[in-house]
Amino acid sequence: MAKDTNTSDFRYIGTRPARPDGLDKVTGRARYGADIAAANMLHAAVVRSPHAHARIVKIDTSKAEALDGVKAIVTRADFPTGLTGEDWDLQENTMAGERALYDGHAVAAIAATSPHIARDAVKLIEVEYEILPHVIDVDDAMAEGAPVIREGAANKTVPEGMHPNVVKYIEFGHGDVEDGFAKADLVMERHYKTEATHQGYIEPHACMGQLGADGKGEMWVCTQGHWYIRRMCAAVLGLDTAQLRVTASEIGGGFGGKTTIFMEPLALALSRKSGGRPVKLVMSRSEVLRATGPTASASMDVKIGMTKDGMLTAGVANFRMQGGAFPGSPVDMALYCAFAPYQVPALQHIGYDVLANRPKCAAYRAPGSPMGAFAVESLIDEMATELGLDPMEVRIKNSSKSGDKSSYGPKFGVIGLEETLAATKAHPNMSIPLGPNQGRGIAAGYWFNHGGETSVSVALSEDGTVQVSVGTPDIGGSRASMALMAAETLGIPYENVRVNIAETGSLGVNEPTHGSRATFASGKAMHGALTQAINEMCRRAAGKWKIDPEAVEWRDGAAVPAGPNAGQFPPMTIQEIARKMKNTGGPISGHHESVPDGVGDSFGAHVVDVEVDPETGHTKILRYLVVQDAGRAIHPSYVEGQYQGGAVQGIGWALNEEYVYDNMGRLQNPIFLDYRVPVASDLPMIDTVIVEVPNPGHPFGVRGVGETGITPPLPAIANAVAAATGVRIRHLPITPTKLLAAIKAK
Amino acid sequence: MSKVHISTTVNGEAVEFLADTRDSLLDSLRDSLGLTGTKEGCGTGDCGACSVVVDGTLVCSCLMLGVEAQGKQIETIEGMANGDALHPLQRKFIEHAALQCGFCTPGILVASKALLEKNPDPSEEEVRYWLAGNLCRCTGYDKIIRAVMDAAEEMRGAA
Repeated sequence: MAKDTNTSDFRYIGTRPARPDGLDKVTGRARYGADIAAANMLHAAVVRSPHAHARIVKIDTSKAEALDGVKAIVTRADFPTGLTGEDWDLQENTMAGERALYDGHAVAAIAATSPHIARDAVKLIEVEYEILPHVIDVDDAMAEGAPVIREGAANKTVPEGMHPNVVKYIEFGHGDVEDGFAKADLVMERHYKTEATHQGYIEPHACMGQLGADGKGEMWVCTQGHWYIRRMCAAVLGLDTAQLRVTASEIGGGFGGKTTIFMEPLALALSRKSGGRPVKLVMSRSEVLRATGPTASASMDVKIGMTKDGMLTAGVANFRMQGGAFPGSPVDMALYCAFAPYQVPALQHIGYDVLANRPKCAAYRAPGSPMGAFAVESLIDEMATELGLDPMEVRIKNSSKSGDKSSYGPKFGVIGLEETLAATKAHPNMSIPLGPNQGRGIAAGYWFNHGGETSVSVALSEDGTVQVSVGTPDIGGSRASMALMAAETLGIPYENVRVNIAETGSLGVNEPTHGSRATFASGKAMHGALTQAINEMCRRAAGKWKIDPEAVEWRDGAAVPAGPNAGQFPPMTIQEIARKMKNTGGPISGHHESVPDGVGDSFGAHVVDVEVDPETGHTKILRYLVVQDAGRAIHPSYVEGQYQGGAVQGIGWALNEEYVYDNMGRLQNPIFLDYRVPVASDLPMIDTVIVEVPNPGHPFGVRGVGETGITPPLPAIANAVAAATGVRIRHLPITPTKLLAAIKAK
Repeated sequence: MSKVHISTTVNGEAVEFLADTRDSLLDSLRDSLGLTGTKEGCGTGDCGACSVVVDGTLVCSCLMLGVEAQGKQIETIEGMANGDALHPLQRKFIEHAALQCGFCTPGILVASKALLEKNPDPSEEEVRYWLAGNLCRCTGYDKIIRAVMDAAEEMRGAA
């Protein structure tokens, strides 16, 4: 059901108040990663490999050490040895060991008394490399004779005889696909490719670390998850985890890319080596693009069977993804999501995680799902066109419904895809007439959403205002959603709630703000913590009234006698309870720790109208519509913001953005001039419809809204371009050069 | 290398600092004067997060040297509000939820103010082209454009 047709009894939820951190963020007061300084602070810079793959023969630091102002230099020799698994991967990515594995791989780091001296010292470090053969493309990396990036990196899922660069193999499905194809009126098989893109957050990675001889450390860092930073830094450096205290700064965008470490352990190692002085390390934009998490690139084959009335009969997806020089491309999630919007009688999924000489990929908004959607939604569209069917009707006909078994196994709970598609079909954008060289494309998309380890604490202040401490950094307005849910739960004004992002010393372990989980998981845990505090407040009132605590209810910000005692005493407000709490048993607080279940699956559908210039091949976005099920929109403005932002990142991925390498494996576009993200003049307004099919697994129905929005744009735009030109581009991005060549070849 | 003594005016206040000749104006503002509201997103003049106004001209402070600030009038995000009274653009950005992470916000506010001083009644297209040098990765620009248009309308009404 679309939001504007919904009604609810909520007083605060669904309203649009000013965000609690708004004033700080429009005045320049908010403090981000690089906005910190400390007494006696040093500045760090990093020496990076200019080669895609090279043996490190020798590192001579003597000239740099002799430079006045240089206080510490670290190489891999300064790190503990013997790490295994993911910890070794993290350490190896933080600082190269025997070999540099990609252009931009850190080789040494320097701390000096000024940023200029640190950068001068970088030039004085002499690294002798023996250049090795490299491989960039995922299909090339799997081919016989491709350079081996790391022998023995494959896990036990990989069948014998595969190239050592294949490190993980995945296969799953259901039904008899051959039987399904036999029942189809049309069977089509196509090959698709997507290029690596970067999350493109505007704030480069930045931190300040301090680590003393006693093994106690502090870190200030821009991150989506400071407990992850703590655990990973401790593992890479061999520290006791609790001895490192990490504070999350305000964060200038992350989109998944700030859920892991890149250079943070270097700041700590340099601090330790310089006698415990604080060390600040800020990446340049080119360091961000060369050495931090882009997403994977993908090569995909999809085969689908469809009847002449548009029913899907079978599908086969064979996906290969490279996620850089380490295991971890999201090929598994790409496969799980690819067919999730649909009920297909028979499906087979095969996936390969492949190493290449590129930076270690990190999560990027619904990792894997956009690529899978690009392949499957493009092919469904092409087949619908071939059969003369309405692509919207084909999607509606095959759509997954509440309680259906998903394409990857588990049964869906309550889901809102049908409602989302119905709202899309009914939207006025669908009936706007199109002109010459214009085309309309639609696509659906899916993301699981995530629960994750969550610890939240709430406490009553002496005046009845309430502080909420969460561990999920506020990346897009989540303080507002927390304060709204707290106000709703307690029955107190929104302004009477202060939401803090607590440092690691204040709460139990929290996963990052990732997986679209902050409002879902921290919100659900906060509700548990508030319930505990409310129970205590009722108990205090019951004590005063000398009645059974069970006979006290919480209503509109006050304890009220209920049941047989109803009306016997006037309500005791939260302010009154707070004022007296010192003498009625002391501080009143609530805690909740869990891995919340009841995660609500998320579906969306996008409609885009484009106009292609037949002279230049340039694609202009004329209008864009996002329809997505939020479950419940706590602060609708920030929900719309997630939809719009996800869509525009997808537009960039579809039309402009890609990692471009030369034949030496060096990244050719590591600045924003050449890695061109969408700018304001590229775009129209992004229309949104918030569908609300409440998630029964959350006290207010929240599903999580952060990620699904980037999934449909890739195929929706490819479908619109095909409708406008009659040319089907199956390799993103759809650059003017590529599209013009295809139009001319037609 | 010895530093250069610079006297300049920032947000109407006379200030002095020592600049390394390699410091950008952005470095001087942030590191020497502690005005960290101006952000570095790229260092190559492509993202606009470091936008400031120098003698009435909108510039990327990462592309200007700190020593070039001598004798200039510089306006940064820190000088945009008048005490507790926010500039209409600042109020409208909060009201329209025109920021998510907020990192690009200071630069976009400074650039938008410069636009409205030149053109109090810009079309949507004019706002989009003026802000094409200010990257925002979170919002898709929709709410930013709306906030700027709304602020312009309010400022025209007040004028």
